[in-house]
Amino acid sequence: MASSHGTPPVFNNKVIAWIDHRLPIFSYIEKEYHTFPTPRNFNYFWNFGAIATVMLVLMIVTGIVLATNYTPHVTMAFDSVERIMRDVPSGWLIRYLHMTGASFFFIAVYIHIFRGMYYGSYKAPRELLWILGVIILLLMMATAFMGYVLPWGQMSFWGATVITSLFGAIPVVGDSIVTWLWGGFAIDNPTLNRFFALHYLLPFVIVAVVALHVVALHVHGSNNPLGIDPKGPQDTVPFHPYYTMKDGFGVAVFLIIYAGFAFFAPDSLGDPANYIPANPLVTPTHIVPEWYFLPFYAILRAVPDKLGGVLAMFGSIGVLFILPWLDTSRVRSCTFRPIYKWFMLVLVIDVFVLGYCGANPPEGYFVPLSQVATLYYFFHFLILLPVLGKIERPLPLPPSIADAVLKKKAG
Amino acid sequence: MRKPMKKMLVTAAVALSALTAGVAAIAADAEEHPPHRHWHFQGPFGTYDRAAAQRGYQVYAEVCAACHSLQLLAYRNLEELGLTENQVKGLIKDIQIPDLNDDGQPIERPARPSDRFKRPFPNEAAAAAANNGKAPPDLSVIVKAREGGPDYIYGILTGYVPYDKLTPEQIKAFSVTKDDNFNKYFPGHKIGMPPPLGDDKVTYADGTKATTDQEASDVVEFLAWASEPHMEARKRTGVRVILFLLAMAGFLYAVKRMVWADKH
Amino acid sequence: MAASSIPAGGHGDPTRRDFLMVATGALGGVGIAATAWPFINNLNPAADTLALASVEVNVAPIQVGQAVTVKWRGKPLFIRHRTPEEIKAAEAVPMAELRDPQTDNSRVTDTAKKVRPEWLIMIGVCTHLGCVPLGNQPGQTKGPFGGWFCPCHGSAYDTSGRIRQGPAPRNLAIPGYLFTSDTLVRIG
Repeated sequence: MASSHGTPPVFNNKVIAWIDHRLPIFSYIEKEYHTFPTPRNFNYFWNFGAIATVMLVLMIVTGIVLATNYTPHVTMAFDSVERIMRDVPSGWLIRYLHMTGASFFFIAVYIHIFRGMYYGSYKAPRELLWILGVIILLLMMATAFMGYVLPWGQMSFWGATVITSLFGAIPVVGDSIVTWLWGGFAIDNPTLNRFFALHYLLPFVIVAVVALHVVALHVHGSNNPLGIDPKGPQDTVPFHPYYTMKDGFGVAVFLIIYAGFAFFAPDSLGDPANYIPANPLVTPTHIVPEWYFLPFYAILRAVPDKLGGVLAMFGSIGVLFILPWLDTSRVRSCTFRPIYKWFMLVLVIDVFVLGYCGANPPEGYFVPLSQVATLYYFFHFLILLPVLGKIERPLPLPPSIADAVLKKKAG
Repeated sequence: MRKPMKKMLVTAAVALSALTAGVAAIAADAEEHPPHRHWHFQGPFGTYDRAAAQRGYQVYAEVCAACHSLQLLAYRNLEELGLTENQVKGLIKDIQIPDLNDDGQPIERPARPSDRFKRPFPNEAAAAAANNGKAPPDLSVIVKAREGGPDYIYGILTGYVPYDKLTPEQIKAFSVTKDDNFNKYFPGHKIGMPPPLGDDKVTYADGTKATTDQEASDVVEFLAWASEPHMEARKRTGVRVILFLLAMAGFLYAVKRMVWADKH
Repeated sequence: MAASSIPAGGHGDPTRRDFLMVATGALGGVGIAATAWPFINNLNPAADTLALASVEVNVAPIQVGQAVTVKWRGKPLFIRHRTPEEIKAAEAVPMAELRDPQTDNSRVTDTAKKVRPEWLIMIGVCTHLGCVPLGNQPGQTKGPFGGWFCPCHGSAYDTSGRIRQGPAPRNLAIPGYLFTSDTLVRIG
């Protein structure tokens, strides 16, 4: 591997050189994370990949520690979580970090996705990088869904019942699939046990896909806010120390906000009903998923037909998979797309509106509002993107990154 | 950052805050909400008022424990409220806990500090049967399990309106009969629990006057502590973590600026 | 590696540059250690485990010549109310005959240095390979030395719980205990 990449780096330390000659991890790190040429004009949106990675590690570490004390049985799950909160040394800390960490992991990933969309990071040659990212999002959603069931509160049980029941809408095989998912005739102990096993497994699958995601990134290097390719060393800086230190700063700021929630408002992002032990005979007045699922929940309920709603909900993620081919624009970055950039803002507002609808019961004005918002969402991806790319006149691109940076410095 | 980008972010922020205000407005007019009270434990530096929590324990033990279990707590936890081990043993000396003897037969034996709080009913079904079909909820995490938290619990305890004080509109709108317990803040207004507190229902060990409000406020302080005994450690640790992170962010920013100095 | 890749053209002289790097690194190290501690401490016994770390036994109902077995820290605890004959037999054994020489007196002293020879309190786990010796329940054999007998490999203990015969290397262990009154003993 080292021999195919030009002159291998020389290590002064004999031990490192010995290892590297046999398993070139140090050369790999030197090439991919030290000297790796990275566009010099990143803004702070580019921090969120690193932030998301830090959150993934945090979730795995806190999760494994929680698993040393959690019992995945319907009669003991709720109590075992409370035992962690009360009796296990620092248990309350690790539980709140894990609970809040899930929310902040999604915040980081959603901002990371926004960056990808706004700056055209999904466009050639990074289509597969983008698709791997959408796969990571799906895995995160599955992991978070199963994780929320584990405390076995009222929302755990009923949220799981609603979402797994959806698969019953599939014609012919729907009911068999639901019974298969449940391992029984309702959500019960078999379901809880398997969700625990899978919730422990999937994060490591996520790690593997994240590794592929980063490998894919390093093939062509990162995109940048201008969306134009680096033309030479004047357009790039070595990843270390420029972006290691900038990412370090960004991570620290993100952690401050995270700590604010984890230590001073840990239950604010959750639902009080999940502190009521699960009761299969009593349905809570409002069944609401965690905030990061709300937009999808709104889309699900916007369609009056059960199967239609399921298809729309999965379709809302499906369109993300084909985004690189939906967008016909020759230009990557919204910086140079004077019309589309405003539609990106509309999309963000639309997603917030969908989230707001998802948080409320499907009554009154929420019904038409969620329908309009759902229609805009699909219009944006399926009609606006293909059409606008052809008719929009982009602003002139700067000749190079260095040019744009130096001109900004002078002007 | 570039001007157009900044303008977009400002617009997005304004839109978001308008939405959030909208959410709050919608949520407010659904049911009558209990008034917001100031609690000793609220805020980033709040702590539990141990004297109030001890009085609240007395209210729980003498009034609530007849129907409501507190099964996630153990008697030894009361030492965190400032009681000594001997005081805890004194409080529990007359409590008999179900257990098994060496021959496997069910017996009752005196409570120990390591025991969980005794349940008034052996199981959920028995609790429901003794209470008109609805089991009184366990109170271990009740303050976290209800929208409005401590304000809601206090509101419930003090929000009863006797039948003869109701207006004819209320009686008609909510189909209230003489046998119902009307509560201002309970969703649907007809609560299964009859008013549990009253003036001088308990005689406080520390001599505080036991009005209904005082009893309600004290038992909420106790139940808030019961819902989260480690809250004070959480807030204390939070202050330290955030101060550390602020320092760390400051240093890392300085390093970042130093590293980038020749590129900007 | 880090210091050498910091561009020399940065603002600030080398000493300020180095100070900043060292200070940041040191602060980061402190942060990592402070973060690691709760995760390591998490594996220590939880409060409910620690609450069961000591047990209080009311010995008043135990008649002379009777014994009870109490569960303590997951193990059986033998409490025998010894007869005067058993005490005399225990005190009469010469140290030279013992594989693990211990006076009977030293085995019936509580943590407040008070000696109560009629109460023998021991962990009922054979010091050979961990079986529970017989002799504490009525009707069980007390073995050739009138104390306890382990059926697994034939270790025999005397009326002071000391190993006299068989493969066990040490006497039955005495936990720390304290008589908080004449009838109440706290173990652990």
